[in-house]
Amino acid sequence: MNRLIIKGGRVIDPSQGIDKISDIFIEKGKIKAVEENISIENAEIIDASGKIVTPGLIDIHVHLREPGFEAKEDIESGSMSAAAGGFTSVACMPNTNPPADNKSVVEFITEKAKRVGLVNVYPIGAISKGLKGEELSEIGDMKHSGIVGISDDGEPVMNSNLMRRALEYSSMFELPVISHCEDLNMSGEGVINEGLTSTILGMTGIPATAEEIMAARDIRIAEFTGGKLHIAHVSTKGCVELIRQAKAKGINVTAEATPHHFTLTDESVKTFDTNTKVNPPLRTAEDVEAVRQGLKDGTIDAIVTDHAPHTIEDKEVEYDYASFGISGLETSLPLVITYLVNTGILTLSQAIEKMTINPANIINVPKGTLKPGSDADITIIDIEKSITVDTKKFKSKGKNSPFNGWELKGSVAMTIKSGNIVYKNNGD
Amino acid sequence: MPLKCRDILGLEHMETDDIKIILKTAESFKQILERDIKKVPTLRGKSMVTLFYEPSTRTRSSFELAGKYMSADVINFSKATSSVNKGETLKDTAKTIEMMGVETVVIRHPAAGAPHMLARHLDAAVVNAGDGAHEHPTQALLDLFTIKQKKGKIEGLKVAIIGDILHSRVARSNIWGLKKMGAEVVTAGPKTLLPPFLDELGVKVYTKVEDAIDNADVVNILRIQLERQKKGLFPSLREYSIIFGIDSDKLKYAKEDVLIMHPGPLNRGIEISSEVADSDRSSINEQVTNGVAVRMAILYLLMGGGKPGEQANY
Ligand SMILES: [Zn+2]
Repeated sequence: MNRLIIKGGRVIDPSQGIDKISDIFIEKGKIKAVEENISIENAEIIDASGKIVTPGLIDIHVHLREPGFEAKEDIESGSMSAAAGGFTSVACMPNTNPPADNKSVVEFITEKAKRVGLVNVYPIGAISKGLKGEELSEIGDMKHSGIVGISDDGEPVMNSNLMRRALEYSSMFELPVISHCEDLNMSGEGVINEGLTSTILGMTGIPATAEEIMAARDIRIAEFTGGKLHIAHVSTKGCVELIRQAKAKGINVTAEATPHHFTLTDESVKTFDTNTKVNPPLRTAEDVEAVRQGLKDGTIDAIVTDHAPHTIEDKEVEYDYASFGISGLETSLPLVITYLVNTGILTLSQAIEKMTINPANIINVPKGTLKPGSDADITIIDIEKSITVDTKKFKSKGKNSPFNGWELKGSVAMTIKSGNIVYKNNGD
Repeated sequence: MPLKCRDILGLEHMETDDIKIILKTAESFKQILERDIKKVPTLRGKSMVTLFYEPSTRTRSSFELAGKYMSADVINFSKATSSVNKGETLKDTAKTIEMMGVETVVIRHPAAGAPHMLARHLDAAVVNAGDGAHEHPTQALLDLFTIKQKKGKIEGLKVAIIGDILHSRVARSNIWGLKKMGAEVVTAGPKTLLPPFLDELGVKVYTKVEDAIDNADVVNILRIQLERQKKGLFPSLREYSIIFGIDSDKLKYAKEDVLIMHPGPLNRGIEISSEVADSDRSSINEQVTNGVAVRMAILYLLMGGGKPGEQANY
């Protein structure tokens, strides 16, 4: 497919401040023009009238599980899931087996992703060798192999000095340090937010403070070192406030939040549905409101899924024993539309910004824009369409979603990567 | 009158009427227990399984006897379990039990919600014999029954629950049950063993035992586990017993005829002094007998077998 015209859609590209009915002309996988009434010979036409056309969505926090945990997900199924969710680019966390703490694993991931070819997969390298929190991994070497950030996600860096060195060292390569903020001594054996619900259920709680003290520590170290800090999956009111203050002081910090943290509270754990078990845990209504406000005022830059697919066996067990995580790629966009856009918290353009150019800028990749010359990564969205979430239809191997059966607004009509259609909604 | 609930999962969601029916029914079974020959044919042909993922001789024996006194067939399943080596999943075990065609499954499990999960997969009635720190409804029901027998009523009484509330399923179920029956509930324990927002359950929360016991009609003393000390929740059993252990001195604050309760087993000299445990104000031994009566009532009500009241004629 050499020439493609996407006709008559409402084009929203926050990177250029565009929000208008327009056509997009694509040639050889690149954006050629975004203009009204484009007419080119020998071009395939995609009718996008009545739909929203945006730069391909980007999710900078996913777990693709390969290598090592292919029963949960692999790069192919994860790529299919991403495309079905409207994502053309994802950044994947290094907590695989072996972990992505060296060049060979990073290259395995990029090579495999290229062979699958559905979406752009950007690996995130481990901060420390073996995710052990002891010695820095070969960050520079991994940068040459294509990592876009470093993180020990899931294995929080407890050693403050290592975090200091990570922020210093990674700054040479302009790589963000993505911090999963959790004081492991304080979160302990916790499985749920510490609060009234944990008291009623008699479950071990993870206090908001366990997240906040590490966010405070990392912000302080970022200020000290000048390193680039990105706070992962912000879930508490206090954490939002810390980031807001840090930004006001001019500290180099960005932040992300997940759909489950701006839609669900710990009350949903009362069903003992293990699909509500996630880390950081679902918090209180007050925290949910604070995350929404953080998204609204720009404290939180990006929306990510923390896509954490698991097998049925990982989840169909007692709550205490179930794995943490939610399979999120295929519900993210409708949750954003239903709970942030349709409620007036974000304009559609602001929401798209947090799913395109903002995450692209955090990991420093030339994506998330429809500027002429860019890769033709495009998502076409039907925001009026009502859907009922059905995990059985997920492309992801992970069916672990607390949103199964939810009625939401908004649906991905088509996902295009480098001018190729990688997902088309057949309307079922 | 039949119960509205088909499973006994907890008291938080149990209707007050159901609690009253169970307590009333237990009275007749208590009379049976006072006879020389306790066996009645009420549940002949019915079967129950006790499925214990945590060791507990007391609770298991109590259920087993309750079933056997009513001529039910009782099968015991023991499961060693840990999060690392789980062996057969709870869901698969549930299926196995289902296929055996039992009427009632009694489950004790270290994880909160395990009985609820079982209930979702089973047609048989599920009785929660303790799930994590969540609920222990039959213990709370036997505590309510004991209070009612000893005090003639529950409504309007001041009941103090003392000790490790954080890890106590007994405390949680007691709080729900006592509140439903109209008692005033106060709690006390070390700050580190009081869960957050406890007051939102409608109880008063103290850290000074004397404040909680003040003018109390009932003092229910919880067992303290050494394991909590190792996790840094309090400095030593010695200090615990000095500050939170219930002895005659602290009991002076309570009403003269205060009823002393403890779910057992006792740590004498730690959370309760021997003097208090063995005093005539203590109902600790009677709680054990009442436990069998209440569990007989529950099994009877769940598995049917004639109308309530009829069993008194056996
Ligand atoms: Zn994380």
